[in-house]
Amino acid sequence: MKLKKLVIPGLSFVMALFVSGLLVAFSDNSVLALKGQPLSMIAKAFSTAGNAYWALFRGSIFDPQLAEQNFFEGFYPFSETLVAASPLILTGLSVALAFRAGLFNIGAQGQFIAGAIGASWVGFTFELPVVVHVLAAIAAAMLFSGLYGGFVGLLKARTGAHEVIVTIMLNYVAGYFLLWLLSTTAFLRPGRQDPLAPEVKESARLPLLFGSELRANLGFIIALFAAAAIWWLLNRSTWGFRFRAVGANAAASRTAGISVARVTTSVMFIAGALAGLGGAVQILGSEPAMTAGVGGSFGFDAITVALLGRATPIGTVFAALLFGALRAGGLTMQASTETPLDLVLVIQALVVLFIAAPALIKSLFRLKNVDAGETVASKGWNG
Amino acid sequence: MSTTEVRALSAPERRRKRGIITMGSLGAFALILFGLLPKTSAPVTFNFVLGNEWVLTRERIVDSKSGALVFAVIALLAVLLSVLQFRARKTIRFASGLFGASFLMSFLCWAAAGKFIPFTGLLQGALFLSVPLIFGAMAGVLSERSGVINIAIEGQLLAGAFMSGVIASLTQNKIAGLLVAPFAGAAIAWLLAVFAIKYGIDQVVLGFVLNVLVIGLTGFLYKKLLIPYQSTWNSGGTFAPIEIPILAKIPVIGPIFFSQNIIVYLMYAAVILIHVALFKSKWGLRTRAVGEHPTAAESVGIDVNKIRFRNVLIAGAVAGLGGAFFTLGAVGSFSKEMTAGKGFIALAALIFGRWSPLGAVAAALIFGFADNLQGLLTITGTPIPSEFMLMAPYIATIIAVSGFVGKVRAPAADGIAYKRGGGSH
Repeated sequence: MKLKKLVIPGLSFVMALFVSGLLVAFSDNSVLALKGQPLSMIAKAFSTAGNAYWALFRGSIFDPQLAEQNFFEGFYPFSETLVAASPLILTGLSVALAFRAGLFNIGAQGQFIAGAIGASWVGFTFELPVVVHVLAAIAAAMLFSGLYGGFVGLLKARTGAHEVIVTIMLNYVAGYFLLWLLSTTAFLRPGRQDPLAPEVKESARLPLLFGSELRANLGFIIALFAAAAIWWLLNRSTWGFRFRAVGANAAASRTAGISVARVTTSVMFIAGALAGLGGAVQILGSEPAMTAGVGGSFGFDAITVALLGRATPIGTVFAALLFGALRAGGLTMQASTETPLDLVLVIQALVVLFIAAPALIKSLFRLKNVDAGETVASKGWNG
Repeated sequence: MSTTEVRALSAPERRRKRGIITMGSLGAFALILFGLLPKTSAPVTFNFVLGNEWVLTRERIVDSKSGALVFAVIALLAVLLSVLQFRARKTIRFASGLFGASFLMSFLCWAAAGKFIPFTGLLQGALFLSVPLIFGAMAGVLSERSGVINIAIEGQLLAGAFMSGVIASLTQNKIAGLLVAPFAGAAIAWLLAVFAIKYGIDQVVLGFVLNVLVIGLTGFLYKKLLIPYQSTWNSGGTFAPIEIPILAKIPVIGPIFFSQNIIVYLMYAAVILIHVALFKSKWGLRTRAVGEHPTAAESVGIDVNKIRFRNVLIAGAVAGLGGAFFTLGAVGSFSKEMTAGKGFIALAALIFGRWSPLGAVAAALIFGFADNLQGLLTITGTPIPSEFMLMAPYIATIIAVSGFVGKVRAPAADGIAYKRGGGSH
């Protein structure tokens, strides 16, 4: 029963890799040069795509070349995957939690930035003891981003402003605010002109997990804990029940005496805080000096992560690991096979497209009796 | 006053009332901050001549403090006028327009103290920057009025930009590029239509994923083909501006509206056509019916999903054409993610303009103006950080959807998939 749930995501991933592989092969000159000989062209196409995917694997899981001197070092790419996945798990949880309450949080990007600002500010400004400093930075990050997300919920509850529009707009506001902040004396590193904040002090860094050679840090464990907490919240607590009830049917929940306004506001607060925790993990774990590009695409990828993970905490963790692997491996792929990193975006988008349309995958593979899982319900602007 | 308070206000009246209160406070704010607070004053030079149009006046030099003061007072008079119009139960459109213009002028006098402002150039550039926003917003109108949310405007613009640039370069024919652009946008829209209408997938999710797909695809091909083989793949060039005889000679207005390139003229045509067709034709009536109440539309024999499918495709074509502006209209070659979120600002303009074609155009023009002014003031230097000017359209949209300038309502069935026989899921 459980395994059956993996059939659609699995096949979607295979299909996405196949289509992207065609793209890699047939945009390559050495393949196109063999136009006259179909057989050798197909062979060349396979080897070209195969090389790209092998590089993707080497960059994300295990690199035999690195392992030759020290077997342990062969796992350097996997550590990079964990580093890339940790913030993604948290932003993915943010989007997933909101989904479950019937809200579409496109604002994880802005909330991530709000969190990064909070963590960075506490991290480089104050002198605190080791553990306290980390906790203070995380608290500031979650407070800033929680308020940034909660504002959206409050606005929706009070005025009916649609969260999709407000969060899209707030992403831009956060981006420009960060850019401005990095030009002020409070945040610009002394002696620098380019937007770069001072490094977070050593006392606020997250400890490394596997020694100084690998970058994997406590952020991954924090992300797993957060996933467990959200699982507990959604499935075992009264509040979580209310969240899901409102997500399933807001009108019925209201009739049953649940305050939809309060649920909306608190869900968005928690979702914001989760995304902000992602920002904190990024700053305190792997990118101690905040730049204008600190947000990367963590907030946007989070949406595809949450969709791939079917908006469950466990699914989100695995989806984030997969996307983290694609991110980390994509860099190696770009460097060693001249396959642009953008291919990763194509794979991500295709996976979600195939998953979102279970009917399509079912008809492609002539499947029967496979649990397609619920797709996210369609809701309008006024809903 | 008492008579208006006794009678319950209708929704548009409440909206107007809130609008007047907002304008009043903004006007007072302008009077104090721009007109009264500044200690020093410096001359502002406004230049009105751009090219070879007839010269009415070449330039005006205004004292910054008195200029800001005078325009703030005009803005407040406009508020007064709107109060009078409101009392007389008329619309306050003219008064709000006057208010907006004088508020901006007051701000400009304050922000550009001691600087040179090429006034005509500022407005010409504003229109230029609004072009993709207007095309994008029209795409939004077309699909959302029929009930399909179009978050994929960004992707449709980008696809249009990419294909038009590439085809114009490969064929060395800009017209060919322009002709392909609508098909590129429509191809993305086709995916939106199939998945949203046929499979009933959440349209916001879908639009978002399509954007990622187009950003990924164009980025991939850009690095793989357009950078290494730039001379064959990515050198489409730009359309030269076409001066319309006589009209282009009118001072100020001529250079702004009638000395632009062909894509801008196509935009005028598209806006007029969409506005007229939406409110005056059978197609328009059906589109609106399907977007507001699909069940009722079907009961009189309209095929809801067919209309929606067609409208989404047309919307994609319009956005694709707008995308061509980035390459053939402005830059001359494609670059990665060159639409830079313009599709989302177009979405904001659509909402700000309450899903009406002309409202969306007005909003897009304001956003374009803010963008261009920001660029100009960053060069000349201002009291306000440019980042805050860049934020303005987004904050304005949040204010708009929060109902501070009146309740904004989407077409009732926007975003809800329709199953034949009156079901929606």
